[in-house]
Amino acid sequence: MSDKGTSVVIVGGGVTGLSAAWWLARSGVAVTVIEKGIVGFEASGRNGGGCTHYQSPLFHEEQRLWPQMDELLGYPTEYQRGRVIFQVDPRKERFHEGLGLRLPKGYDWEVLEPRQVRGLVPLAGDNVVSGVRFHFGGHANPQRTSQAYAWAAQDLGAKIMQHTAVTGLVTSGGRVTGVETARCTIGCDALVVAAGPQTGKLLAMLGIDLPMAAARAEMIVTEPLEMMPFTGVDGNGLYGRQTLRGNLAYGGGPHEWFDDVGLEEAPPKPSGSVTRNLAKRVAELLPKAAHARVIRSWSGVIENTPDGRPVIERLASPDNVTVATMSSVGFGLSPATGHAIRDLVIDGACSFADLSKLSLSRFEGLRPDWREHLGWLAPGAVEARVAAR
Amino acid sequence: MTAVTLPPPDRFSLRGKTVAVEERAEILVVGAGAAGCAAAIEAAKAGASVVLVDENPVSAGLVGMDVPFYFGGRATNAVQTPERLVEQALETSPALAEALELGVDIRLSTSVWGAWVNAPGLCGLASGVAGLADERKSWLVGFDRLVIATGARDLNFTFAGSDQPGVMGAQGFHTLIARYDAFAGRRLVIVGSGALATQTAQSALERGLEVAALIEVRDEPQGPADAVAALEARGVEIVTGHVPLAAHGNAEGVTGLVVADRDDADHRREIACDTVVMAVGSVPVIELLDVLGAKREMAPDRGGHVPVVGEDGATSLGEIFVAGDCAGLGSGAEAAGRRAGRAALASLGKAVSATGADETVTQDAALKQPAGLAYQLDWARAMLATGGDDVLACICEGVTRGDLLGVRPPRYLDWRSNAPGRRDLATLAEEGPVNQDQIKRLTRACMGQCQARRCREQVALMMAIGAGVPAESVPLAGYRAPVRPLPLSVLADWEEGADMDAGWNVWFGIATQWIGYEDIGTEREAEQLRAGMPY
Repeated sequence: MSDKGTSVVIVGGGVTGLSAAWWLARSGVAVTVIEKGIVGFEASGRNGGGCTHYQSPLFHEEQRLWPQMDELLGYPTEYQRGRVIFQVDPRKERFHEGLGLRLPKGYDWEVLEPRQVRGLVPLAGDNVVSGVRFHFGGHANPQRTSQAYAWAAQDLGAKIMQHTAVTGLVTSGGRVTGVETARCTIGCDALVVAAGPQTGKLLAMLGIDLPMAAARAEMIVTEPLEMMPFTGVDGNGLYGRQTLRGNLAYGGGPHEWFDDVGLEEAPPKPSGSVTRNLAKRVAELLPKAAHARVIRSWSGVIENTPDGRPVIERLASPDNVTVATMSSVGFGLSPATGHAIRDLVIDGACSFADLSKLSLSRFEGLRPDWREHLGWLAPGAVEARVAAR
Repeated sequence: MTAVTLPPPDRFSLRGKTVAVEERAEILVVGAGAAGCAAAIEAAKAGASVVLVDENPVSAGLVGMDVPFYFGGRATNAVQTPERLVEQALETSPALAEALELGVDIRLSTSVWGAWVNAPGLCGLASGVAGLADERKSWLVGFDRLVIATGARDLNFTFAGSDQPGVMGAQGFHTLIARYDAFAGRRLVIVGSGALATQTAQSALERGLEVAALIEVRDEPQGPADAVAALEARGVEIVTGHVPLAAHGNAEGVTGLVVADRDDADHRREIACDTVVMAVGSVPVIELLDVLGAKREMAPDRGGHVPVVGEDGATSLGEIFVAGDCAGLGSGAEAAGRRAGRAALASLGKAVSATGADETVTQDAALKQPAGLAYQLDWARAMLATGGDDVLACICEGVTRGDLLGVRPPRYLDWRSNAPGRRDLATLAEEGPVNQDQIKRLTRACMGQCQARRCREQVALMMAIGAGVPAESVPLAGYRAPVRPLPLSVLADWEEGADMDAGWNVWFGIATQWIGYEDIGTEREAEQLRAGMPY
């Protein structure tokens, strides 16, 4: 096997890794992405496409970048600005009050009367109780965006190795010097691990414990409907959008925790566990679309850390390794995450946001039974564990 | 270092939320054709509780959407009254009548839109579960064993004008003439000359329809020589070395089919007809098997992607058995159905009758595809060469062959940058094996409301041609529930349990996830955690 050298190896061809590859390639860095399957094929390409994450330190950069992404990448992302959230459950009439407390200053939003909601969202019905409109945030097409990063990075000289699973990491002198795959070992000056649910397993190869658990979430998609004047619409316990083709794509509701996710496993299929419940909520949210036919469903495997917050950090040791797990909220933030990773890899620190609270060190001393404590267990797992005792 | 702030225990996962089934069956059989009826009868004879489900007769709305077969807008108004068709189905199928007599619970006009068994990553089911639906509602049925006998559907190739009424599939044609007695056409051109095409022509002639011609891409007719000769004797022209180029038509649909010389598109002629029946081949209906996650293999002589099947119709999943064309074309439906029914019973530890236990399932060679994918590729290549890039490869989504081969963004994006112009299937193939699900998402081919029944196989063939790879190597574009297009209001669980409502969250419901970054580690974080999720 030849030792093909590159400056930076990124493990994980999801949106986070691909955005990082694009940002690094823009800075002239030789970068290779290693992906066990196809780029953007797991949760990165199968999600609600939301770009509105005001809880994140990357929020301002997310908002600054999205309107430029089509042009910067040269490939379509289908980004659409703005968000309408409305409720049909009378118990949630004042939901905007709690929401308002959390929205950062400087971003324009307003409370909508039901009639205003119906003006923007003609598929809504008489059951609207209240709504809000964000003049920021938005949504994009996950699969198209993932592919756009990949192609744009390749256009700048990045290499993307698909269908290549990592089998080991080579260390020397306290640094990672190479990445082993079934095909070859690739030498590197720096490593980025952005492998979603597999990030923990990859770090374990370095003796580092990154606590995370993976789960499946599902979405349903209808046939195309007439385009609404406003497409970034959700509420009623759902996230989603009307695609630019006109389909309604919505998710939400219970997830199923997995005991384990192997390094080479194929993406799971929808389980049907929430399909009918999703259909009910979409029909409630958009009653004038109740006739629309559901033509497929999706699912994705998503990782979460114990507090549901990302780990974005350049490690102290090995100090040429940068980790990024976005803890189930990765797609929308990806333009900014890639920028942050680029900064961490090249400059050692993020130039535009404080990320110190997202350090892995916060999990030191985490109770070993955290998954049991949080109940982050597969449906059968509890019963099986009890039976085994 | 401060200790991490953990969220409250998760009450928003599937744990503790039971999937409520409305009814149960020891043996659930999907498909009331020869295979399914035989399986149901065998199981009922042994005293099992058997539910037999078949989506036919389907509603006029689904007929219009070419679900489950390619009906091609050639159904009469008879499909507006499916009740009449239900009676007819019971009257005309002796096997169905026998099953009814034996106490099989028969559900016609009922589709199965999904099925699941416990597997890694799906642990919460008490038994196998199938999703059923009729025109008004959907519900879940628990099963101990599922026998899938869903048959085959139409293999389709598009050409200019094939998106108008009058272009249909052989399965759709057979269903309309034999099961529904609702075929509106008079004069047919049949595309293909194998056993499927000659049988289609014979059926049409028996019903007093005119058959103008059979069109064959190869130099020789592919069907049994005596069948071909019999058709010729009745005035049916066999046009070899030709492919459909374009259908001409008016407001009522097709008025003629232009066929072109396979090697010279300028050498063409028009044949008057009101219906073009695509009878090049059939495709095993493996939708539910794929949703279930049963192991598959590529078997070109059995119709392409088929389940891995054991002796008695056993699949890789212990609860699931298959019989008939969905297990691979030409596998002797009735005998296979009986065997699968008995095997399903035996796997439940139930006694089965010894009668016919050693019956062997004979392969009906005549119904096998002529030379499998090589034959299909001959059609795809010739139709691409003669018809060109502008023909729609996916009718629902308006994706042309050129869009597909060029991996172009869909037209509604009106994308003006030339960057995507540097990409096509060939460049994509250099980056790794081509994958139809990836191409679907990039071009939208196969993403439409017919759920790719009219285009899945020809898109895979075009991909093989564009990428320069063997057709057998293109992975199956995965099937996802619901495998029938169901209105939101029908699919909806309007009676969902209180546990689902109480344990529903828009995302994971991890309260700490949504605390603003500045607030982390401050008193404001504690306040927000006490207040709970914002909405």
